[in-house]
Amino acid sequence: MEQNLSLESMQKETRRRNRKQAFKIFFGRGVIVKLCTAVLVLFIVFSLFGPFLLHIDPNKQNLVNKLAKPTATHILGTDYLGRDVLARIISGGRVSLFVSILAGTFAAIVGICLGLIAGYVGGYLSKFIMAITDVVLSIPGLVFTLMIAAIMGSGVLSLTIAIGIGMIPTYIRMANGLVLSLKQNDYVVASSLVGQKQRKILFKHLLPNTFPSLIVLYTINLGNAIMTEASLSYLGVGINPPTATWGNMVSDAYAYLYLAPRLAIVPGICIIVLIISFNIVGDGLRDALDPRLRGKL
Amino acid sequence: MSEVLLDVRNLKTSFFTAEGEVKSVDGISYYVNKGETIAIVGESGCGKSVSQMSVLQLIQMPPGKVLDGQVIFKGKDLLKYNPKSKEMRSIRGSGISMIFQEPMTSLNPVLTIGEQLCDIITTHSDLTKKEAWLKGIEALVSVGISEPKTRMRSYPFEMSGGMRQRVMIAAAIACGSELIIADEPTTALDVTTQAQVMDLLLDLVKKYNKSLIIITHNLGLVTRYAERVYVMYAGRIIESGTTEQILTHPEHPYTKGLLNSVPKLEDDKNQDLIPIKGMPPVLSNLPPSCAFMPRCPFPCSKCTSNGKPALKNVGQEHYVACYLVGE
Amino acid sequence: MSRYIIKKILMAIGLIILISFFTFMLMQLLPGDPARIALGEAASEEKIQTYRNSYGLNDPVLVQYCHWITRILFHLDFGKSVLNARDVSAYISQRLPNSISIGLPGLVYGVLIGLFVGILSAIKRGSWVDQVLTVIVNFFLGCPRFLIAIFGVIFLGLKLKLIPLQGYTAPWVNFGEYSRKAFWPVVVNAIYTVAILARQTRSNMLEVISQDYIRTARAYGLPEKKIIFKYTLKNALIPVITIIGLQMRNIVAGAVIIENVFNIPGIGQLLLNGIQQRDYFIVQACVLVISAMTVFCNLFVDIAYGFIDPRVRRTMR
Repeated sequence: MEQNLSLESMQKETRRRNRKQAFKIFFGRGVIVKLCTAVLVLFIVFSLFGPFLLHIDPNKQNLVNKLAKPTATHILGTDYLGRDVLARIISGGRVSLFVSILAGTFAAIVGICLGLIAGYVGGYLSKFIMAITDVVLSIPGLVFTLMIAAIMGSGVLSLTIAIGIGMIPTYIRMANGLVLSLKQNDYVVASSLVGQKQRKILFKHLLPNTFPSLIVLYTINLGNAIMTEASLSYLGVGINPPTATWGNMVSDAYAYLYLAPRLAIVPGICIIVLIISFNIVGDGLRDALDPRLRGKL
Repeated sequence: MSEVLLDVRNLKTSFFTAEGEVKSVDGISYYVNKGETIAIVGESGCGKSVSQMSVLQLIQMPPGKVLDGQVIFKGKDLLKYNPKSKEMRSIRGSGISMIFQEPMTSLNPVLTIGEQLCDIITTHSDLTKKEAWLKGIEALVSVGISEPKTRMRSYPFEMSGGMRQRVMIAAAIACGSELIIADEPTTALDVTTQAQVMDLLLDLVKKYNKSLIIITHNLGLVTRYAERVYVMYAGRIIESGTTEQILTHPEHPYTKGLLNSVPKLEDDKNQDLIPIKGMPPVLSNLPPSCAFMPRCPFPCSKCTSNGKPALKNVGQEHYVACYLVGE
Repeated sequence: MSRYIIKKILMAIGLIILISFFTFMLMQLLPGDPARIALGEAASEEKIQTYRNSYGLNDPVLVQYCHWITRILFHLDFGKSVLNARDVSAYISQRLPNSISIGLPGLVYGVLIGLFVGILSAIKRGSWVDQVLTVIVNFFLGCPRFLIAIFGVIFLGLKLKLIPLQGYTAPWVNFGEYSRKAFWPVVVNAIYTVAILARQTRSNMLEVISQDYIRTARAYGLPEKKIIFKYTLKNALIPVITIIGLQMRNIVAGAVIIENVFNIPGIGQLLLNGIQQRDYFIVQACVLVISAMTVFCNLFVDIAYGFIDPRVRRTMR
């Protein structure tokens, strides 16, 4: 039985085996990961298509019917202005998801680029970038985001940018750390000794090895973005009524906690479920993608 | 007539992983007499380390499990004890000691050498901490470490690999264990230190009349220090005998291949070394037939059809597991 | 060793100065003119200019910064509130102790309970105890603090009438009242810290337990208790100390929210109001004080780390 020992075929085989294993591990980890992925997909689908299914205007007030208990027409009842709660939840979810995913992706792209540059190039540019990162990271997250949100003003886009900017330093630090530690690896040193171009080393060797950690960070940060958006909206610094978002629904509901606690509980549970789903999917990805990050047995 | 100190019979240990059951140790039997030095030889992954860890019940369960067999040490079957029980713990270190391969990571980096030695000594004796400390200093002296009093207060990262390995040997000696298992004790050391550490170990073993099991893939060590040899492949013992028999009259194709691939002084320097072709087997996917067959230069019909060969006696003390031999 | 400490202290001071500069510059970007805010929209152009001149608002930004920072460093004068011209330092000294009375117990309980949960989880890995604890920890990691606060108010306050809904009494005024009112805010503070510490401790313990030197300890028959407490814990806790330092950030961020929900007159509420009302000096001062506290906390942790980890201690001779 002659084994095919050619390097190419062995590499392909290993890559294929790793991908299959990653899939198996991710989905084989048990019901919970699959459940959370399903939950996330459901949320996204509902946000995109919900309004078409429901045909109720989330902003339509009906003061005659305020604080109504759940009925057939208003599945979750109405709020203190007679607006349908379920419709507001769906459109609120849309806003929350939109803001979080946009902010998270924006932060990831900017942060990872800056971090990679800082780690790879070194020198004064790197010191400058890392110094600013350290400064920002010394200011508690919410405080910094609050300041940026105040500067940017109110509105969906401003809030997105504010949350995004607040998350950039984490990405910079992680990308920088990853590149610094990977740069020391023998295969990188060997590549440059053999004479490979710097850019080729960056893209072929360093970048792919950062993907697992970065993808995990991205997923978990999406959860953080939702938490930040909700907190800011709750504090009144984020998106203001009448636009619905889960955070300001909770803050509106505060005055009616005694009469209709469900006005606070329902959006609250949605927030918690979404964040936890992101966290668990992120953990599952971590186990599947990077054996080094996997908890040792 | 020498007395049998350790008698391992039909030991089986497997690891249950995502890829299936990995039969690391698939039914091996060996023994060690009092005051004897034997060697267990084989490639990486053939199960030699796992077998010794099974003897001391140090296998992580899950995913590993000792499935079958008897490990009779001084008349008692160790496998009958619960791995966490007091009886098992008292054997570890004072009955049987193990010296591991990696001296760089075998000692706790945040505790001093003295602390760790003291802990080991007090676990196996009734000495007070002060008395244990003094005994520790004695032990360091006996392994040739200079300035033992200062060394007791050093941290492992302040010592070289060779010195750390000596500390491990000191620990093994300090508790008076009768059997020392040295798992690739010199692989992580440079060549000159290797010789020093091995000579030290052998001196101490002879001086205190201890038994020694050397686990290695280095045939040079075997030649110089061991009285008997067991050759393992894919979790089984495929040949065993005295060192002289194995070196001069190897019967199993694998053993022959091993010896051929080692350069010898009397070889013609222009002659190529002959490696064993092929790759080591994947232990989670072993066929029911002889595991060495894919790499064997002389496969026969029985090798495919008859399952795994059993050990056959081909001379005094010399056993081989091969269908080609001993018809 | 002292070189290590001095170096760390200098770096911390440098960081704080950088933070002050950064915050000051950032505040310049806030829309709105302090003069208009103070004097009102209807004030005449003349009055605006007089105000601006008297407060040095027409000076170049760097000069303004220098004035501000020197006043702080030498006189502890954080400036005056734009809105009502009271001393900012008065506000801060009034409110800071209140925040600490909620934040500090939260931090301490959070750390202690978090360590306990993490160690327990690691020791009993795989058992139902571990699984239940992990689920609980993961749940709280995904809960925003304001939600924990509000759900607590709904269930414990409204339904079960166990805790008051709002309000605050300082512990030195009336300890009994303080305990009643501060109970749930402190718990909310602690919960997040517990979750983070538990998760990190568990992961560190598990990593240490799989190390070779633990295998050696087992191979020499050391009793399990000793292995866990002496051999594993010490190694696992060393990185956890850095995490404890980082919790300061979380506690402060939490303060902004918790003080808002429970109407506690603390520095978080001061900051939030300042931002909403565009009161520059208050915001700058709050951010500076908060960040300085965080930096000092980290400094303390770094120095402690140097003492605890023998590898750092010995090589820094």
